[in-house]
Amino acid sequence: MAAAERKILTARMTQPGYSVRIEDYLAAGGYAALKKALAMKPEDIRAEVTRSGLRGRGGAGFGTGLKWSLVDRKSSKPIYLICNADEAEPGTFKDRQIIHRDPHALIEGIVCASYANDVRTAYIYVRGEFAQGYKILLAAIEEARAKNFVGRNILGSAYSLEIFVHRGAGAYICGEETGLIESLEGKRGYPRFKPPYFPAVLGLWMCPTIVNNVETLANIPVIIQMGGAEFAHIGTPGNTGTRMVGVSGHVNKPGCYEVELGKITYGELINGLCGGVPGGRKVKAIIPGGSSAKIIRCDERFKGKKRDGTAYDWGWQDVPVDFDSLPLVGTMAGSGGVIVLDETTDMPKAIANIAEFYAHESCGQCTPCREGSLWMAKALHRMTHGHGQKGDTDYLKGIADNIPGRTICPFGEACAWPVQSFVEKFRDDFVKLEK
Amino acid sequence: MADNPTTPTPAAEMVNATINGIKVQVPKGTNLIEAGQRVGVFVPHYCYHKKLAISGNCRMCLVEVGGPMRGPDGKPVLNPDGTTKVTMAPRLSIGCNTQVTEGMVVVTNSPAVQQAQNSVMEFFLINHPLDCPICDQAGECKLQEYSVEFGKDASRFREEKVHKPKQVDLGLRVMLDDERCILCSRCIRFMRDVAKDDCLGFTNRGSHTTLTCWPGKKLAGNYSLNTVDLCPVGALTDKDFRFKMRVWFLKETKSICTSCATGCNIVIWSRENVVYRQTPRENDAVNECWMCDAGRHNYKHINAASRLKKAFVSGKETSYADALKQLAPKLKAALADRTSVAFVGSARATNEELYLFSMLAKGSVSDCVPRTWDGDSFLVNADRNPNSAGAKIFNVAAAPMGSKFAAIADGIKAGKIKTLVVHQEDVTRRGIGADLLAKLSLLLVVDFRPTETTKAAHFVLPGVTYAEKRGTFTNAKGRVQRVWPAVSLGGEERSDWEIFRDLLRETGQPDRFADIVALFADMAANVKPFAGLSLEKIGDGGVQLG
Repeated sequence: MAAAERKILTARMTQPGYSVRIEDYLAAGGYAALKKALAMKPEDIRAEVTRSGLRGRGGAGFGTGLKWSLVDRKSSKPIYLICNADEAEPGTFKDRQIIHRDPHALIEGIVCASYANDVRTAYIYVRGEFAQGYKILLAAIEEARAKNFVGRNILGSAYSLEIFVHRGAGAYICGEETGLIESLEGKRGYPRFKPPYFPAVLGLWMCPTIVNNVETLANIPVIIQMGGAEFAHIGTPGNTGTRMVGVSGHVNKPGCYEVELGKITYGELINGLCGGVPGGRKVKAIIPGGSSAKIIRCDERFKGKKRDGTAYDWGWQDVPVDFDSLPLVGTMAGSGGVIVLDETTDMPKAIANIAEFYAHESCGQCTPCREGSLWMAKALHRMTHGHGQKGDTDYLKGIADNIPGRTICPFGEACAWPVQSFVEKFRDDFVKLEK
Repeated sequence: MADNPTTPTPAAEMVNATINGIKVQVPKGTNLIEAGQRVGVFVPHYCYHKKLAISGNCRMCLVEVGGPMRGPDGKPVLNPDGTTKVTMAPRLSIGCNTQVTEGMVVVTNSPAVQQAQNSVMEFFLINHPLDCPICDQAGECKLQEYSVEFGKDASRFREEKVHKPKQVDLGLRVMLDDERCILCSRCIRFMRDVAKDDCLGFTNRGSHTTLTCWPGKKLAGNYSLNTVDLCPVGALTDKDFRFKMRVWFLKETKSICTSCATGCNIVIWSRENVVYRQTPRENDAVNECWMCDAGRHNYKHINAASRLKKAFVSGKETSYADALKQLAPKLKAALADRTSVAFVGSARATNEELYLFSMLAKGSVSDCVPRTWDGDSFLVNADRNPNSAGAKIFNVAAAPMGSKFAAIADGIKAGKIKTLVVHQEDVTRRGIGADLLAKLSLLLVVDFRPTETTKAAHFVLPGVTYAEKRGTFTNAKGRVQRVWPAVSLGGEERSDWEIFRDLLRETGQPDRFADIVALFADMAANVKPFAGLSLEKIGDGGVQLG
């Protein structure tokens, strides 16, 4: 099977001459889904989304229909929808494609999702560094308002929606949904503990809140247009639809590729779509789901049985690009950002870079993550600057082992997993630094 | 930090659980730290405080939690022996934010929990200065205590520590050392939720997170020092107390703050008869765990060098016995005509003192000095006398309090009042000036410090402060609470009730009060609001008068 993209979300933006202006979006059939949606009952739209099997594109791959079904609709409080546009996971650059190149796809998705969930106020929490994206979104919302796709009595219906765009202040942790909510409330971006602060029940302003990723929301108009059942035929069962995968690192053609879930392998993605590794060098390892995902060594073999009983025997090239295959090989699909490391890569230096990022971004709330993230970064900095000491490898691993599972939010795992996996899989490279 | 202003209120419904195999029954909503405490299982914690919103940040209270395994039918799965099968959660849970549910199984001493506690302690200490020898918190530091119990014996930290601001002046009374701070946020939550003065917060991120005052704000409110009590480490220190004394040298004595009518329960910390600090003592009926800064620092007069340690007759120092001997016939003669004697009692005196004072003053005019100032909606009462209620019960105070001062002054001026007995007050500041006092033929003052009134007195008998005696105070809500002696000056001064007892005896009344217990029993028998009470019944926490 020749590897190919399946352009659904990226179909418009990759057309020559396509711009962010609403005219271009309308010319490409935009906002038709909204018209269709407004003629439907909200619960029917929710049923279609459940039927579509759409899973959250932010990182965890949680079923969108299921997420919506958990919203407390009996609280008599308003329900809020937040579009999580705080895309900050290193190696991830898919949401920004939508924001910068096809913002109306997102806005239409937000209006449809809001209508489906009786939401009257929606927020786009946009990453602070996306200064241009912020401006594009503001302009796009004004365009949409002028055409009555947003605002009071949308397209003459009884439904009204306000969308506010909030720019973050540059904190990675504000991409974590409860940290985001705190930040949106004007507070320090500290994730909340669950229970009791499940956003679906006690979210923004202690009201039921839906937090969906940009790419997830951009899929909603697609589902409304083609129907949930039809959408479920894209991709593979349990991993429906397409996914925008950002590939970076040592490849000839880095970039964001939209692929059908489960229909393409990492080998086809990297060696096919991305044109392989430059200079004919070999892949040493890949980080498949943003920098917090555990690394895969190119010479590993993965054998076992899937949940449905079928056996698998994979090298890294054989692993399908979807949500459920990566956990079978000990890592995760995460945010969909793939980082390719070729044989010239200095692994301790690579992880030192990643560790420094997490030390910088730890919010500082929970002790193990706050202290451990910086400790790992300092140890790695020392080791990679010629001051390695005897026992440093186990020392480093020991720090990382004490963090996961002991923090309020998954940042603890995010900062520890890369270090654990790098040291486990490339132990010799670290031992070499000990003096 | 979300808005959860109170810990969950335990409902009446009870739930059963086991903690380390010990059965426990607690009200629904009780968390694992509190539940453990009920059966003697200690779950270490830093950020959790029962009176503050839960933050869940320190991760010290991680425990293993499990519950009854449920089958596909939703019913509990049973072991072959008929007991309920238990499944333990794969992740540890924080005890502060986990409420006991029916059938819950909690383990706080398993290897997994111990490993977690050990590693959290290590994380706390890597960037901590470990400057215990020069840290004021040493001896009452939770880092030290938990290090011994849950920590490692040596550090394996090979990097340079994070450096942060030292000696940060947060306001009038509190000094901050950011390097010692463990970022538990107790102080922030207290100021925000309890003191309603949101002035503290964190800046920077990760390990560089730094406690600070918001721009333009200071930690200067009247409750700021409670943050020092709450601080589990040596980050926040009381400027008044820091570097004065090692805490392990200090003796703790239960007492009551006498700075206003609230009567906050306190502990007096003293060494070798010098008071070094006062801290709040928990009493949910009065002050919970808090006290105001003004009351806390209102102890300097106890240690003052100017304290009266001897009796004085016409300004000359003499022994108590000698003064009493000279005073007795004069006072007895003066009391023959009750209308020629006036009494100024003190609403700062104990109930027992006021009881005896009322006996002395019987048939004469008497009053007390009222002290009203601004109160607040939290702990500070507008009435700054600690025992106005008692002064009213024993009729030592006029109604309204202070209304008789003009009459007493006029009586002295007219020559009708020739004798004045004053307890712990400086009447020259209440309209009875030195010129009037000079007209008296007998001025007797019982006080612990020199005042303009003691200067004018014919007789001064040395009393003591609340920190040196036994007795009870009645607060604004009618709660009777006890004080105990913390210090003693070692001079001729004595408890004021003993002085009044001696005066009663010397002026011909039967000597029936061998000690404070007998005195209280007599009072309980004769004064209705105290009927049925005893010092023992009042205990540490006080009793509400009927």
